[in-house]
Amino acid sequence: MGSVGFKRKILEVKDLHVHFYTYAGVVKAISGVSFEIYEGETFCIVGETGCGKSVTSRAITKLIESPGKIVKGQVLFYRNNSPIDLLKLSEEKLREIRGKEIAYIFQDPTASLDPLYSVGYQIAETMVAHNTATWKEAFRKAIDILKSVLIPDPEKRVKNYPHELSGGMRQRVVIGISLSNKPKLLIADEPTTAVDVTIQAQLLDLLRKLREEERMTLLLITHNMGVVAEMCDRVAVMYAGKIVEIGTVHQIFKNPQHPYTKGLLRAVPNPLIRIEKLESIPGTVPNLIFPPPGCRFHPRCPYRFDPCDKKEPPLIEVEEGHKVACWLHVK
Amino acid sequence: MGSSIASKETYEKKILDRFSDKLVDSIANLIDKVKPGWSERNKSKIDEWKLMFYAFNRSPPGIIGAVLIISFILIGLFGPYVAPYSYREFLYIEYRDTYLVPPGSTVTITNKQGEIVKVFNFPLGTDKYGRDLLSLILYGARVSLIVSLIVILLGVPIGILLGLVAGYFGGKVDEVIMRITDIFLAFPALILAIAFASVLPERIRPIIIQSEVLKQIFSVIFAADVRDAANFAPILSVILAIILVWWPPYTRIIRGSVLSAKENLYVEAAKALGVSTWKILFKHILPNIISPVLVLITLDIGAVILMEAALSFLGLGAQDPMVDWGKIVYDGAQYFPDRWWLVIFPGLATFLAVLGWNLIGDTLRDVLDPRTRRSIEFKVKRRKTEEK
Repeated sequence: MGSVGFKRKILEVKDLHVHFYTYAGVVKAISGVSFEIYEGETFCIVGETGCGKSVTSRAITKLIESPGKIVKGQVLFYRNNSPIDLLKLSEEKLREIRGKEIAYIFQDPTASLDPLYSVGYQIAETMVAHNTATWKEAFRKAIDILKSVLIPDPEKRVKNYPHELSGGMRQRVVIGISLSNKPKLLIADEPTTAVDVTIQAQLLDLLRKLREEERMTLLLITHNMGVVAEMCDRVAVMYAGKIVEIGTVHQIFKNPQHPYTKGLLRAVPNPLIRIEKLESIPGTVPNLIFPPPGCRFHPRCPYRFDPCDKKEPPLIEVEEGHKVACWLHVK
Repeated sequence: MGSSIASKETYEKKILDRFSDKLVDSIANLIDKVKPGWSERNKSKIDEWKLMFYAFNRSPPGIIGAVLIISFILIGLFGPYVAPYSYREFLYIEYRDTYLVPPGSTVTITNKQGEIVKVFNFPLGTDKYGRDLLSLILYGARVSLIVSLIVILLGVPIGILLGLVAGYFGGKVDEVIMRITDIFLAFPALILAIAFASVLPERIRPIIIQSEVLKQIFSVIFAADVRDAANFAPILSVILAIILVWWPPYTRIIRGSVLSAKENLYVEAAKALGVSTWKILFKHILPNIISPVLVLITLDIGAVILMEAALSFLGLGAQDPMVDWGKIVYDGAQYFPDRWWLVIFPGLATFLAVLGWNLIGDTLRDVLDPRTRRSIEFKVKRRKTEEK
């Protein structure tokens, strides 16, 4: 996977800052996130709950609700190699891109479907909203889409309501809805969190198969290192609203450089090795209203030394395509 | 429960169930004719409707309410055409004997030679102009029906729309809409309506009088004579006044529900898929929050009838010779309690119509709330399996 050599960018996020203005204070949910995604690859963002993974994915098409606000940054979406800044587009123009060129899959399949409409209607709605089909065609196409996401008996299932389907089927319907307009970039926000392990495997297989068939680019948000290892080409590790390490899946798993990444990997249970106690990273995610000065990980870091609590570490390249933000690697 | 009683009950209600089944089927067939294949696609929806009716049929207050409002609507629609006399037949002018005749009397008119010229039957008596009270109530029903329907059809959508916009867009829009709503809510509704209803007629009257088309339209709507065109203005201004005070509670309720409904992931999913804002509002948010509003509407129709009666009791609604229920009571009040029928019968009509809507509203709440409906449906389903 991940053909090395000539790669075309499809999405580039530059210095993104998202703040939430709450009564308790300004939550700096994302401060200075930058990454790029190349055409045809699967890019993962991993991190603990509350580190800003979902916010990053939503900020890409400006889906941040009040009191949240994108304070700074650029999101460049490449169409035939010419970039457009999504954050500068009007709401109307963005609406044309959402669901047509950039589609989302959200965490909870049960909640992502409107209980009042049949699944066929909900698949068709996306196509009609983007004028890619009339209602009649869209309903016919909905059957093909259900077939492509491996739902048995699609002719019958299109008429079903969400509550008549199982969790796994619902998530497949949700995937089907996002695929209905053949998007170039699919953003999946923890697509397998709400389903059990066997269905998780099926869904991941399905996503991989569809990605190859439709030649889509996949941005996968997850907290599950197993999913990362299985699915991704390149990984960004996020901590407290910043990217701490970014690299190919091999570099991250074989040669993790940031103490946080190392901790995360140690916290994954290995079924083959019997250990008494699973290691965890001491401490908790910092309060993002008053983030710790310097490196945000330093209060929990076993290797912290002098500059850590004073200055923010820069993101520097340690090997080709492998960047890390840690003072240990600054020479 | 004794077995004999139980079997008798199921037998009686089975007829109603069959009737409602037929009703649902014929509605489905009707839609099927317009959109072929509809009933095939919406089988589960049709079954759901049938179950709702089963639950409804199991509620005696609901059935009584349904009977009351169906008769209210039928009387409102056809009453003026079957009324034995017109509301403009002032028999007292010619026949002094028809003055304030008690219910159930027959007035026989003889000429000087002692021959019987005319015989009048007044099942509910007459008023001071010698008008038949039954006919007046039938004409008054039309005004009450029209006023309540127009208020609900215009006032409620305004409230819903403002609530949707305020709740969904939030921020300054929300602030502006809700503060205006608060201002309206801060006034006692009846006082505000009185203020509007006493100012508006002078503005509306010239518009109606100048337009021949409007005169014709309203004379059909109110089942009134075109000669009374000038009197349409006070009724219309009562309608406007009630609409003006009626929308704020709906805005409040809808806004609150939208605030919680818009947090649903399917709303966010729809947005992420590029569905337009208005489609999200009307297709994904509104249908999910509409059932409490439907219940409120049925309860409110009764309240509107009362409000209209109250306003015309204060002399703001229909003006002589036009009538509505509040006006008949108002005119009759000066003869109460000696000529009791002038107050009791229109009062009873108002009472029954309002009671009907309230009973329906109460039952609809049970039927539309899935939690209470399930338990009723469960009984029906068990009965169905026992039959097999």
